[in-house]
Amino acid sequence: MAHYLLSVHSVEGEVREPMTDEEMAQSHQQLAVLEQELKSTGAWVASGRLHEPATATVVRRAGGEVVTTDGPFVESKEHLGGFYIVQAPDLDAALTWASRVTGAIRAPIEVRPFAGFEV
Amino acid sequence: MGDGDAAAGLDPAEVGRIFREESGRSLAALIRAFGDIDVAEDAVQEAFAVALGKWPRDGVPPNPGGWITTTARNQAIDRLRRESRGRQLLSEVAVLAPGGGEPAIPQEVGPVPDDRLRLIFTCCHPALSTQAQLALTLRLLGGLSTRQVARSFLVSEATMARRLVRAKRKIKAARIPYRVPEAHELPDRLRPVLAVIYLIYNAGLSGPAGPGLCAEAIRLARILAGLLPDELEVAGLLALLLLTESRRASRTRADGSLVLLGEQDRTQWDQALITEGQTILRRCLRRNHPGAYQLQAAINAVHADAATVEQTDWPQIVALYDQLLVAAPTPVVALNRAIAIGEVQGPAVALALVDELDLDTYYPFHATRADLLGRLGRHREAAAAYQRAAAMAPTDAEQDFLRRGGRASREADR
Repeated sequence: MAHYLLSVHSVEGEVREPMTDEEMAQSHQQLAVLEQELKSTGAWVASGRLHEPATATVVRRAGGEVVTTDGPFVESKEHLGGFYIVQAPDLDAALTWASRVTGAIRAPIEVRPFAGFEV
Repeated sequence: MGDGDAAAGLDPAEVGRIFREESGRSLAALIRAFGDIDVAEDAVQEAFAVALGKWPRDGVPPNPGGWITTTARNQAIDRLRRESRGRQLLSEVAVLAPGGGEPAIPQEVGPVPDDRLRLIFTCCHPALSTQAQLALTLRLLGGLSTRQVARSFLVSEATMARRLVRAKRKIKAARIPYRVPEAHELPDRLRPVLAVIYLIYNAGLSGPAGPGLCAEAIRLARILAGLLPDELEVAGLLALLLLTESRRASRTRADGSLVLLGEQDRTQWDQALITEGQTILRRCLRRNHPGAYQLQAAINAVHADAATVEQTDWPQIVALYDQLLVAAPTPVVALNRAIAIGEVQGPAVALALVDELDLDTYYPFHATRADLLGRLGRHREAAAAYQRAAAMAPTDAEQDFLRRGGRASREADR
C-alpha cells in the first residue's frame, strides 16, 4: 500500500460559479458518502479543511533566535484549501478516489505520493 | 574466436538486430517480475553483453527470446544478491512470487496477456506527459537506446536521459501500475496508447530518424492488434499505418524533396502493404463501429484504390471526412475535409471553408491556402501564403517544396 495526498487548491480572488443551496447540499451529501466509503474500505488515513492563508503563522530560526511572523510562508494566489490522505495499492486506485472528490467539490485535485511508504 | 565468427556467420550488428527484436518481451517480463524498470533494463543490457560474446561463437539460440529472459533474470538475481538494497528488493519480490524463492517469469500461454501489453499501458499512462509517454515507449518497448530516442525527437541525449529518469521515477514513486486496464477503462486508456504509436510513426515520416521509427510504430501496432483483437480502433490504426507506409517510395524524390499525393508515381506504391491494410480495414469496418483511425484508414484506402489521381472517388472521401469530423472535430480534420470538398466543388468553395479555420500557426493551412489561391488565379496572394508556409515548415524538404510553389506563383503573376 502507498499513501497519497489528495489536495484541493483554491485560487484567491478567482470567482468560481457559486453553487446554489441545492448544489451545496448535494455536494455535502456526496462528500459524506465518499468519506464513509473511504473509511469503510480502509482507504482513509486523514482529511481536513484549512482556514484561509491569512490565518497562518510562520516560525523560523534566524541568527540563533526563533522568530515568529504573521502570514503564510509564501505569498501566492494559490493556496491549499483542504486535503485527504488515502492509502491505495497503486496510482489508479488513488486517481479513482480523486475523481470522486473532484466530482463532489467541483475543484481540481492534485494527487501526490508520500515518500517513505513504499512497502 | 575468428573461426567461430565465420562458422556462425554472425556479426555484432546482426546480434544487435535480433536482440532488439526479441528483447522487448523479455524486458517487459522482467519489469513485471522485479517491479523495477532500472533493474530490468540493467539486466537486459548485461544479457546483451553475454549475447555479444556467445552468439557469434555458438550461433543464435533456438529460442532467443527465452534465452534473453533467462539470462537477464539470472544476471539480475546475481547483481541484486551483491547489493544490500537489492537483497531487500529480492526478498520483497520473493514474497509476491508464487512458491516463494526467486522471482517467477510468468509463462505466456493461453489467454494470459503478454507483459508488453501491461507495459505499454504503463508507458502511456495519462499521469505521464505525452513527451514522457513517447520516450518511454520507444525506450522500453522499442528497445531504442537513449541516444536514438533523443535523436528521433531532436533533443540532446542529456535532455532525453533526464526526461526518462524523471518519468521512471514517477512510475515508481507514484506507483503507476503494470496492468491491462479493465474493459470499462479501456476506451480512455487506449486513446493515449494509440496516439503515441501514431506520433512515433509521424515522427518517422518527417523527422531525421526516418524509416526506422515508422517500422517501429508499425511493429508496435501489430503487437497491440495481435494482443487486443477485438479493439477496432487498434486494427484501424494498424491499417492506417500500413496504407500510409505503402506510399513511402513515391513520397520523396531522389534529392529528398516531397511529392504530393496527386503527383506520386502510383506504380511505386507497395501493393502488398495496401492489400494487407485494406484486408484489415474491411474486417473492422464490417463491425460498423468506425472511429477516427478506421476512418482515416478508409480515406487512405480510397486513395489506394485509384490507379490514377483522376480516378479518385472524391465524393466518397468527402463522405468519410464528414464522419471523421464528427468523430474527431478538430480544425486539422476540417482543413483536410475542405481540401477534399475542393476536389468535388472547386477551389472557391474550399477556400471559403479554409478561411473560416483558426489554424494560423499550422503551416499546412498556409500551404493549402496557397494552392487554392493559385488555382483561382490569385497568384500574388498565393505567393505570400507559400512564403508564410515555408517560414514555418519543420524540415528542409518541406521548405524547399513550398519555396518552389512560391516561385511558380510569382512567375505566374508576371
